[in-house]
Amino acid sequence: MNGTVLEIPLAYYLVLSAILFACGVTGFLIKRNIITIFMAIELMLNGVNLSFVAFAAYWHALSGQVFVFFVMVVAAAEAAVGLAIIIAVFRTRETLNPDRVNLLKL
Amino acid sequence: MVHLILFIIFGVICVAGAVNLLAQKHPINSALSLVVVMGALAGLYLLLGAEFLAAIQVIVYAGAIMVLFVFVIMLLNAGEEEHTHGSKIALLFGVPGMVVGSVLIAWMLIHSQPSAREVTVGQLYGSARSIGQLLFGQFLLPFEITSVLILIAIMGAVVLARRESQ
Repeated sequence: MNGTVLEIPLAYYLVLSAILFACGVTGFLIKRNIITIFMAIELMLNGVNLSFVAFAAYWHALSGQVFVFFVMVVAAAEAAVGLAIIIAVFRTRETLNPDRVNLLKL
Repeated sequence: MVHLILFIIFGVICVAGAVNLLAQKHPINSALSLVVVMGALAGLYLLLGAEFLAAIQVIVYAGAIMVLFVFVIMLLNAGEEEHTHGSKIALLFGVPGMVVGSVLIAWMLIHSQPSAREVTVGQLYGSARSIGQLLFGQFLLPFEITSVLILIAIMGAVVLARRESQ
C-alpha cells in the first residue's frame, strides 16, 4: 500500500466483462462456421474470467484467481475435445456449416 | 488516472477485437482477433494485480489454445463463411434485443454499486507463489480432479479424431 494507489470503479470491469460476454453470445448465434462458433464460446469464457479477476481484486481474495485458473483448464480440455469433434464431423459430412449437420432433425 | 487511461486503452482494444471477431467472414481472421482480445485481457489482468494469471493467459490461451484453433482451421482448409437465408427475423429482433439487454446490464451494474469500494489496481499481489500456496493447499482436491479431467480430455480427443479402421 504505497502512496500511488490508483482506483477505478468495479463496475467498469463488470461492464467490459458483460460486453465481451454479449459479443460471445451474439457470435454464437449469428456465425455460420462451427470453428468460429467455438471461438465465440472461448470469448464468453474470457468475459467471465475478467469478472472473476475483478471481483478477486475487489474483495482482496485470491480464490477468484484460482477459479480463473480452473476455468482456463476446463477451456483447454473443451477446446481439445471440441476440435476433435469438429474434425470427426468434417470427415463424415464434408462441411463446417452447422446448418448442414442435421441428421438428427425430423 | 494512469490506470483509467490504461483501462480505457485495453478495454477499447478488447471490444474492438471482439466486434472484429463477429464481423470477419474468414475463420483465420476471427482467430487472430481473438488473440488480440486475449492479449488485451492479459493487460487488464496486470492492471488488476494478477500477474500470474496474465502470464498464464498469454501462454495457455493466446499460445496453446489459439494455436490449436489455427491448426484445425489450416488442417480443414476452412474457407469463407457461407451465407444462409431465413435469419431476417432473428436479425430484426435479435439486434435490438441485444442492445437493450446490454444497456440494461450496464445501467444495473453502474447503479447497483454506489462506489462502495473500488478496485485498487497496480499492486501485484496475485504472484505465482501465493496462487500456488492456495492451489496446493485449500484447493488441492479440485486440482487433482482437474488432472483427471485433462487425462479424460486427452483420451477423448485421441479417440474422436482417430480415423475409423476398416
